[in-house]
Amino acid sequence: MKPAPFVHHVPRSLDEAVEMLARVAEDDGRILAGGQTLVPTMALRLARPSHLVDINTIPELTRIEVADGALVVGACVRHAAFHRPVEPGPLGALLATVVRHIAHLPIRTRGTMCGSLANADPASEWCLVAETLGAMLELRSVRGTRTIAADAFNLGYLETALAPDEMLAFVRLPLLPATTRFGFEEVSRRAGDYAQAMALAVCEIEGGVMRAVRLGLGAVEGKPRRLAEAEALLEGARPEPDLFRRAGAVASGLAEPVEADEEVAVYKRHLAGVVVERALLRAASIATDGSSHEIIRGVP
Amino acid sequence: MTVVPARAAMVPAGTNAPRLIGQPVARLEDPPLLRGEGCFAGDVSFPHQLHMRVVRAQVAHGRILSIDTQPARARPGVVAVWTAADVAEVPPIPFRATKVQGLEAYCQPVLARGVVRYVGEPLAVVFANDAYAAEDVADLVVPEIEERPALLDAGEPPREFEPGRDTEPTVIRKGYGDVAAAFAAAAHVIELDLSVGRHSGVPLECRGAVARYDASRDVLEMYGAAKKSHWNRDEMARMLGRSPSTFHLYEGHVGGGFGVRGELYPEDVLVCVAALRLRRPVKWIEDRRENLVATNHSRQQRHRIAAAVDAEGRILGIRDQFFHDQGAYVRTHGARVADMAAGLLLGPYRVPAYEVAGHFRLTNKTPAATYRSPGRYETTFVRERLMDAVAQKVGIDAVEVRRRNLVASAEMPYARPLDALGTDVVLDSGDYAGLLGKALSRAGWDDRKAEVARRRASGEIVGLGLGMFVEKSGLGPSDGVRLTVDPSGCIELVTGAGSVGQGMETALAQICGEALGVDYRRIRVVRGRTDQIEFGNGAHASRVTVMSGSATQIAARAVREKALAAAAEMLQADPADLDLVDGRVVRRGGGARASVGLDEVARHLHPSSRYIGRRPPGLSAEGWFYSDHMNYPYGVHIAQVRLDPGTGMVHVERYLVAYDVGRAVNPMLIDGQIVGGLAQGLGGALYEQFTYDAQGQPLATTFADYLMVTAREMPDTVDVLITEDAPSPLNPLGLKGAGEGGTNAAGAAVAAAVDDALGRPGFVTALPVSPARIVAALATARTGAAS
Amino acid sequence: MSEREIVLTVNGVEHRVRVEPRRTLVDTLRETIGLTGTHVGCEHGVCGACTVLLDGEPVRACLMFAVQAEGKAIRTVEGLATGDTLHPMQQAFMDHHALQCGFCTPGFLMLAVGVLERQPDITDDEIVDMLSSNLCRCTGYVNIIKAVRAVAAQGRVA
Ligand SMILES: Cc1cc2nc3c(=O)[nH]c(=O)nc-3n(C[C@H](O)[C@H](O)[C@H](O)COP(=O)(O)OP(=O)(O)OC[C@H]3O[C@@H](n4cnc5c(N)ncnc54)[C@H](O)[C@@H]3O)c2cc1C
Ligand code: FES
Ligand code: FES
Repeated sequence: MKPAPFVHHVPRSLDEAVEMLARVAEDDGRILAGGQTLVPTMALRLARPSHLVDINTIPELTRIEVADGALVVGACVRHAAFHRPVEPGPLGALLATVVRHIAHLPIRTRGTMCGSLANADPASEWCLVAETLGAMLELRSVRGTRTIAADAFNLGYLETALAPDEMLAFVRLPLLPATTRFGFEEVSRRAGDYAQAMALAVCEIEGGVMRAVRLGLGAVEGKPRRLAEAEALLEGARPEPDLFRRAGAVASGLAEPVEADEEVAVYKRHLAGVVVERALLRAASIATDGSSHEIIRGVP
Repeated sequence: MTVVPARAAMVPAGTNAPRLIGQPVARLEDPPLLRGEGCFAGDVSFPHQLHMRVVRAQVAHGRILSIDTQPARARPGVVAVWTAADVAEVPPIPFRATKVQGLEAYCQPVLARGVVRYVGEPLAVVFANDAYAAEDVADLVVPEIEERPALLDAGEPPREFEPGRDTEPTVIRKGYGDVAAAFAAAAHVIELDLSVGRHSGVPLECRGAVARYDASRDVLEMYGAAKKSHWNRDEMARMLGRSPSTFHLYEGHVGGGFGVRGELYPEDVLVCVAALRLRRPVKWIEDRRENLVATNHSRQQRHRIAAAVDAEGRILGIRDQFFHDQGAYVRTHGARVADMAAGLLLGPYRVPAYEVAGHFRLTNKTPAATYRSPGRYETTFVRERLMDAVAQKVGIDAVEVRRRNLVASAEMPYARPLDALGTDVVLDSGDYAGLLGKALSRAGWDDRKAEVARRRASGEIVGLGLGMFVEKSGLGPSDGVRLTVDPSGCIELVTGAGSVGQGMETALAQICGEALGVDYRRIRVVRGRTDQIEFGNGAHASRVTVMSGSATQIAARAVREKALAAAAEMLQADPADLDLVDGRVVRRGGGARASVGLDEVARHLHPSSRYIGRRPPGLSAEGWFYSDHMNYPYGVHIAQVRLDPGTGMVHVERYLVAYDVGRAVNPMLIDGQIVGGLAQGLGGALYEQFTYDAQGQPLATTFADYLMVTAREMPDTVDVLITEDAPSPLNPLGLKGAGEGGTNAAGAAVAAAVDDALGRPGFVTALPVSPARIVAALATARTGAAS
Repeated sequence: MSEREIVLTVNGVEHRVRVEPRRTLVDTLRETIGLTGTHVGCEHGVCGACTVLLDGEPVRACLMFAVQAEGKAIRTVEGLATGDTLHPMQQAFMDHHALQCGFCTPGFLMLAVGVLERQPDITDDEIVDMLSSNLCRCTGYVNIIKAVRAVAAQGRVA
């Protein structure tokens, strides 16, 4: 399990990175970010890129800041950066909650949010967050810059809209209104494993009813998706366990698991309902117990 | 249990009679391991060494049409590329024979000959100057294989293995009593169909072997040996046509054994052949993906078992037919696991009539052999499921059904008309009912039952289960040690046994220290080196403490006598008035009067000493211990589980292992063995499984797929109760082995607890327990309740 | 293959080595520099046997290339003890019998030391969470958890 040989390129700036990428893209050149997916894949020789453009030393890509109503996260921002809320609003709390479900601490100290998005694993937590919140992704190449929505970017099961010479430079996550509630639920076999199913519920509660409901389901299908039918059911309704159960049932009905094995597929559909119901309960209970968000202590 | 912090428990210097046996003293092994100064196989390197890389089959079954090695050979830096034709003279990997006949034709060649039979089978090997380069080269070897259908279910009818031979080399039949009459007379007959999945030991260190031929001395050496160094040396010497005395195996630190590590595998032979032929040191380090398909698997069995019982739930007879999935070849254990399953299935119960047919069958999967508690983890699951079913049938509880059937302590030693591993099964000692009682009270069984009932009433899905078992340990036939006190007073204990990380050095040093009267920290234990001691039986089957421990005591007593006799000369005293305390020979009750240190005694007995006279020099002795019979520790597991009603996942809240080990040399080490064994048992019960797709492609080839428990999956509370109620009459210290009791009944206890939680007796029929099945059961229960 | 000369700072000592870019940090530490205390258990990031500290943070040394570690402070198990005195975490592992074969031990030590140095007030539950990132096949974790809790309780690492 030793990686095949490659040429290591170390750009000092984003511009230099895309130039290098453009030169090697045709020859299976790739970006090396945290390496937490790419290196094991290379060790298994499932990937044999002949060039790696290593973006770990580009200062501008470590950028993480709020600008124009969105949290801007550069391609070199590690998962671990989100252990403590990166901004004081609900988005910071949401990211701090979700990040603890990504692998384990030593992986999170290297792996990046953009790397997860670029890798487009169906069970990636960040892909679910990006999809549910409608993140905008800024792609760079020597040909220019384009910004596309997470949903258009993620083409399902390890496929994205990235052209070979293009890299994901920044992701913009829209800030959430201060009164936003969220609930995240994940089922995985063991601590830290990739999810078998996960759901993210985001809403506001006004006058006892739910508004601006966003409900995302991940790890069940080839890519995460919003559950529009369930959102419609919830929008304007009172947050009640019975309703959440029905929303779960809708999710189960909609889910089309990738697994061929019928028993696994049945189970996954079931889990889809379970995580949706639980995510909603979490979002709602946060609202009812008066505390503003589920604040989890951060690991530095 | 409460382990006294190790440092506090160290024997204070100068106490009169140091009690070492029974003390949780700190381990001698720890310091280098903690400092990163250990020496595992991968840490061994020699100048100019070559790296070997194995090219493995990617299909489960097929005929080899050709293997093109030309592109690989053409690569610069490649020293050699071999296929079966290049090692045609090397015989297949042998096995340790038992009574079972007819297995020879099923042994594995070191490189596939003509046919590949599992994904991962070695097809070719390449040798290059660097591990990275070797892997590059291995990628260039292109086999052309005509695929054949893979046989993946040992329950299916056997197929052709090769012309004239089918995939069922043998059926292991054992039994006694009139089974037909028992079933005819039964008030109830209970039949179950139960399966255990494919698991394995999966030590954290992968295998490794480094061979070196020293032409100046005509000695071939292999580092990275473990477990069975002497047997492996002897067999490999035969395979290579060398005399064993010119061939040495060295066991360094071993990153876990669990049955699989240290067996003789094709790669061991290949590095040795290569070192001889290529005249350079050759290093092979297995990677994890290889490890999960190439190192022995274990466990997979399906049992169709039936019990005949009377109206009170007393067993009249048991009949079992099982299918043992051996994988593609017979390996070094031969049919031992199936043999043990058949011979030890009955556990702690009185069974008047028994009949078993174990179908030992080959499939197109990784070959299988032992893994911690082999044949017992499987059959304890089966037998305890059966006991729970009996209880259910006659309307008594899990405890009562066991009480009614346990062999009583008054019946000990209890001879079963059965054999296992070629020895008669004679349960040497035990108070099974007594331990059950202790375990129930330690676990607070009645309170737990009440708690579970209360929580269930409030909607939680919780349950309790228990499993009982008899282990086996101390497999003979013999073990020897050599004990030498050097002129500095340092003591070297050389044993033919091995260590796979259990702490045997410390345990042997404790036994030695106590028998000799020295601080155990002054004893250096040398093990696993064929050049240091002529014979050895290695480390497996919970045998080390029993066999080597007994031999150590014998040797230590002999050295002590020699020391006292020599000191008597030196002090001009009567040996009977002398004692050995804290490394010095003193006069009994002698206060401050003259004494001599062991170092002085050793110098007194040195060949150059003017006092030596005509006696054999040296302060040393050998000790040998022999045993014809195994001994039988026994235990109880109690599990409390909570099921997630949504996901069907099982969380173990509490767990108790009660285990009678006869005599505990170091309770801290035994506790460690039990808890570690439990983690593996729980893994097999809930997470671990080697699965295959319909073509025979293995699906668990990384640690992301083969799911071993992490700290999070361990029970919230683990309790260990070590008892010493039934010392073994078969060795002077009363020892029984402790390595496997934590694993044995974990599948059984968890299964019972899951049944209990669901309120569905007999629900669990297969391990690992499937959350998907639990979810389905809960859904049926809901619709059932609703309709 | 094209090798590159780099300088790695390991336990405060600079090592000038020539490596191919594809050589992982763990292989470089072990094979090129000769510090074999850091172990290799899976080479795909799951077991944690290769855990080292990189600028104080625990990372999987099998998932980094050595060329990426230039200019960083690398700490390995060999750097924990001070002369004959074990690091408190090493001592606690010994006292609580938190190792058997010892193969996983360097990874667990570096993980626990790295986390406790940055988070001395870690809770018991966070300790279990943190330790669940590494695999041990021998101990069943109970004693590892005890050892780390004992060190945390005494605040000996901070
Ligand atoms: C044991 C283990 C458990 C894990 N568990 C989880 C989990 O539960 N959930 C989860 O989401 N992830 C998990 N991961 C994966 C981890 O989160 C990775 O960090 C992440 O998937 C990829 O990020 P990276 O920065 O490491 O990317 P890399 O590994 O460097 O790259 C991954 C791929 O994306 C490309 N890429 C990376 N960045 C960019 C970019 N900016 N532009 C264009 N292409 C790019 C690379 O070329 C490569 O093809 C786990 C990993 C391990 C080893
Ligand atoms: S060897 Fe690096 S995580 Fe296993
Ligand atoms: S002590 Fe052996 S793997 Fe942990």
